[in-house]
Amino acid sequence: MATTDTAAKPGLLAGIRGTGAYHKLLAFSGLIALVAVFSLASRNFMQTSNVLAILQATSVNGVLAIAATLVIITGGIDLSVGTLMTFCAVIAGVVLTFWGLPLPLGLLAAIAAGTASGLVSGTIIAKLRVPPFITTLGMMLILKGLSLVISGTKPIYFNATPGFNQISLGSLFGSIVPALPLPNGVLILFAVALVASFVLSRTALGRYAFAMGSNEEAVRLSGVNVDRWKIAVYASAGAVCGIAGILIASRLNSAQPALGQGYELEAIAAVVIGGTSLSGGRGTVLGTLIGALIISVLANGLRILSVAQEWQTVVTGTIIILAVYADILRRRRL
Amino acid sequence: MKPDRDTAAPQRLELIGLSKSYPGVKANDQVNLRVKPGEIHAVLGENGAGKSTLMKILAGIYPMDEGEIRLDGKRVEIGSPRAAQRLGIGIIHQELALMRDLTAAQNIFIGREPRRGPLLDEPALNAAAAAIFKSMHLTLDPRVPVESLTIAKQQMVEIAKALSYRSRILVMDEPTAALNDAEINELFAIIGRLKADGVGIVYISHKMDEIKRIADRVTVMRDGEHVGTVPAETTPIETIIAMMVGRKLTEEALAIPDFTGAETALEVRGLRRGKEIRDVSFAVRKGEILGLAGLMGAGRTEVARAIFGADPLEAGEVLVHGRPVAIRRPQDAVRAGIGYLSEDRKQFGLATGLDVRNNIALASLARFVGPAGVLREGQMRDTARRFIQQLAIKTPSDSQEARLLSGGNQQKVVIAKWLLRDCEILIFDEPTRGIDVGAKSEIYKLLNALAAQGRAIIVISSELPEVLRLSHRIAVMCEGRLTGILPGGASQEDIMRLATQRESAVAGPTDARIAS
Repeated sequence: MATTDTAAKPGLLAGIRGTGAYHKLLAFSGLIALVAVFSLASRNFMQTSNVLAILQATSVNGVLAIAATLVIITGGIDLSVGTLMTFCAVIAGVVLTFWGLPLPLGLLAAIAAGTASGLVSGTIIAKLRVPPFITTLGMMLILKGLSLVISGTKPIYFNATPGFNQISLGSLFGSIVPALPLPNGVLILFAVALVASFVLSRTALGRYAFAMGSNEEAVRLSGVNVDRWKIAVYASAGAVCGIAGILIASRLNSAQPALGQGYELEAIAAVVIGGTSLSGGRGTVLGTLIGALIISVLANGLRILSVAQEWQTVVTGTIIILAVYADILRRRRL
Repeated sequence: MKPDRDTAAPQRLELIGLSKSYPGVKANDQVNLRVKPGEIHAVLGENGAGKSTLMKILAGIYPMDEGEIRLDGKRVEIGSPRAAQRLGIGIIHQELALMRDLTAAQNIFIGREPRRGPLLDEPALNAAAAAIFKSMHLTLDPRVPVESLTIAKQQMVEIAKALSYRSRILVMDEPTAALNDAEINELFAIIGRLKADGVGIVYISHKMDEIKRIADRVTVMRDGEHVGTVPAETTPIETIIAMMVGRKLTEEALAIPDFTGAETALEVRGLRRGKEIRDVSFAVRKGEILGLAGLMGAGRTEVARAIFGADPLEAGEVLVHGRPVAIRRPQDAVRAGIGYLSEDRKQFGLATGLDVRNNIALASLARFVGPAGVLREGQMRDTARRFIQQLAIKTPSDSQEARLLSGGNQQKVVIAKWLLRDCEILIFDEPTRGIDVGAKSEIYKLLNALAAQGRAIIVISSELPEVLRLSHRIAVMCEGRLTGILPGGASQEDIMRLATQRESAVAGPTDARIAS
């Protein structure tokens, strides 16, 4: 962003909220370039089964990244999305496997657990004014510990709930279009993305999320109950983490209590690559989705090219820095 | 002061015996204020006089300790910003309270978005904002993000926001601080229309000429107390200033020193960058104060930033003491002895979280590095104290956080920073913006003293009286061009003529450098 003279550049960004659209193009062309490179490098890359595998691999991180996007747009951060996802999976395990209740109740419980955790984080941040980084760092550890305590540190299997793993792995789409058995998990990702995108652009919750990230004090002075909306954003992000919990539990057909830590960083990476500003005020779900896809395509493509896992991590890290640098360069040119 | 209860005329707003204390400070002590419908009531006072506390109580941000607020004769409680809005009290904050990433319309209706069911009704939102802009005779696309608007336009968005509450009372805090003359006229036209509609306006400002121009009455505050309320038209400015500062300020007449044979300290030749800077050449001599005047957007700040290396140049030469210097970055400028004091101290000039000592040392930290890289704190402290004394910086100690100082004293800290760096050429961009009358004259004295010591000074100011009072010569810009250089003591009319003149009237741009 230019330093003093916003005055000197009227209308350059007119009609486009924030600069999301430019960055989306940037991230999108990055994704296309990656796909092109890998397709040329390996014949296996563009096969239907591999494309579906990439999408499937994106579903959990994509949903988590959408949760993180909601929070980051407000200028906050949520480090607890990964362990919250696991916590929600464990809760689903308790309801379905330990208590033997019907499937819908288990799903509801997972989402409710996520929402509740988000409510707690949001309340601590908004009312007690503990910085989001600290609050969610604490929540990350609390939820990790609780998952281990509740599950007795052992995985909870969903063998007693037939059809549970179909939530993620089954393919409703494939029963209509047999040639393209798109897993349900991917459909759920797209559905979550659509809803989140809609909420951000068309509802008061979304409007206040951008507004708070842009200038929280101004929103407060406008008579908006900032605390309440902030709590609502964290709660919504929590609910989305609940969905991620269901997705990962279904994919593994079990709740793995030791899993989860580390997912938050991958989610935040997707958000940042997708052009959402960590200082808040601007960002898009579509960008985040592209960001998550870039990470999965990289991991998948490098694996196909037999690059060691360790190097994949190095490349992902480099891409994060490059993505943000490209954005800075672009803004400077404007 | 006892509230006078004999006023029979209906009052739009009445503050009666309002008091507010913070630990150790009485911010407002028994303040009375009455605003009639359609009255423009100016509130004046130096920084710290209690104006902003008063405003924040009206805005519902702070509760008052004691007193009574009445709107149209009815006693009201203002418990929150929302309550203030509902009561029809609109506030235009000095530091614009806008959300930069949102559009103009979204800003205006934040918290009150028109909805269709659970969804935001964006077309209705834009239509409503467009209607307000139309009523203000303002051409502005409500869908534009405020980030891309000029400060003046952003201010208009703020006013539109206040109007959208159907405000009965509008409190404006220094609304013209960032506006040029044309924009001020536009603003005053809008204020005039509101006045005609019966809105009561509380107008907080430091600018006497504006108050004379639009205010009906003036209430002066000092140290949290209500000094008095006087009619604006018939009370002489000197009287009002005396009420504000509690003493008489003597205006020093401009004395222009003899510059024959004075060495040229800074010379720029043929500076160019796009439409912002078009072939600008001038020179400043040692001991000289050169005013740089022009309307907003004339390119004054751009020239200053380019000389300082903060923005790139397409063409042009900068000579310091006759030698060309290559300035690509601010570091190069500082090394050449050029200091730039930006118009936005908080954003660029001052590390507000650091204390006074560290702010002063910031640009010269290298000279305080001791063995093993450890900073010599004692030496830093001594230096800071020397400057605090020299420049009469009002601060409890050198370890006070810079953000806690008043605007005038913050400015002095920034000046101290550049003096410590041995800058022989100082560029001041709006040196007194947001600084009250008393502190202003101190800054003026300081600038004169710095010039008398042989430093070359460039002062950019949007306030013509300030330019006229300080400058030994006045360079005037319009639309990126230098349209002329006037001798000190030129008339405001001469400056305005050049400031609105599209093409250079001077025979050739090179002549401008020596016209004095």
